[in-house]
Amino acid sequence: MAKPMRIRAKLKGDHVEAKILIQHDMETGLRKGSDGAKIPAHFIKTLTVKYEDKVVLDTVMGIAVSKDPFLSFKFKGGEKGGKLTVTWVDNSGDTRTDTTAVK
Amino acid sequence: MINRNAMKDTVENKEEVMDINVSKRNFLRLSSALGLAAFVGLYKSGDVFAAEWKESEFTADNLKAAMTSIGAEGYTMSGDVVVDSAEIAENGAVVPVRVKSAIPNTEYMAVLVEKNPNPLATAFNIPEGTEANVKTRIKMGETSNVFAVVKADGKWFAAKKEIKVTLGGCGG
Repeated sequence: MAKPMRIRAKLKGDHVEAKILIQHDMETGLRKGSDGAKIPAHFIKTLTVKYEDKVVLDTVMGIAVSKDPFLSFKFKGGEKGGKLTVTWVDNSGDTRTDTTAVK
Repeated sequence: MINRNAMKDTVENKEEVMDINVSKRNFLRLSSALGLAAFVGLYKSGDVFAAEWKESEFTADNLKAAMTSIGAEGYTMSGDVVVDSAEIAENGAVVPVRVKSAIPNTEYMAVLVEKNPNPLATAFNIPEGTEANVKTRIKMGETSNVFAVVKADGKWFAAKKEIKVTLGGCGG
């Protein structure tokens, strides 16, 4: 079961500053466990950030994104109280969506 | 952009009888046709839909192949693109990196680590209204050049920065 993300979105002047912290192993598939067997790859492939209905950031990731991925970016056109929605999908088909209001 | 009448005519001409069921069917056909047209229209205008994860981009095993796989083989180095990070990353498993572009109409940015087994780490589609300035954290197996590659108005630009890693982050 995917764990919740932490999303912060703050209005600063004419833009919204978004910070996203995801809880995910981002396992490369290259590491070996204590039994010597490879730990299978498990990583987020795509992540989409929407403000209301508009896509504001669209991301693809490989195994070289750190465990518990972090993203920070800015976009224009947001207002206080507007909804920011983040959705990711990983290579096992697991997905999670979280929403926050712009502060 | 869409000639609604023309489309409706074609759909309706196929049906001779216009009872309620037929008009309902026509409505459904028309709406799906319009939906498709709208999708194609938006796509052409460069609007960004969910990014597609392409295996070839992430399995390319050297910098040149990775650049080619994303279509950036003809890139030029540019001072308007920046890879911003600390000079030394103590832990290769978590290297904070910011990539930014001052080039107008930047629509795509990718982060590549030259000496990682697969150089492409992550890539961003930047819709209009979003600043071409994204911070993330990547893994680095060893000290390497990190490239930011951006696409703007169909052209490719890049910048690089060497980040020293004292403890690798890719396996073992």
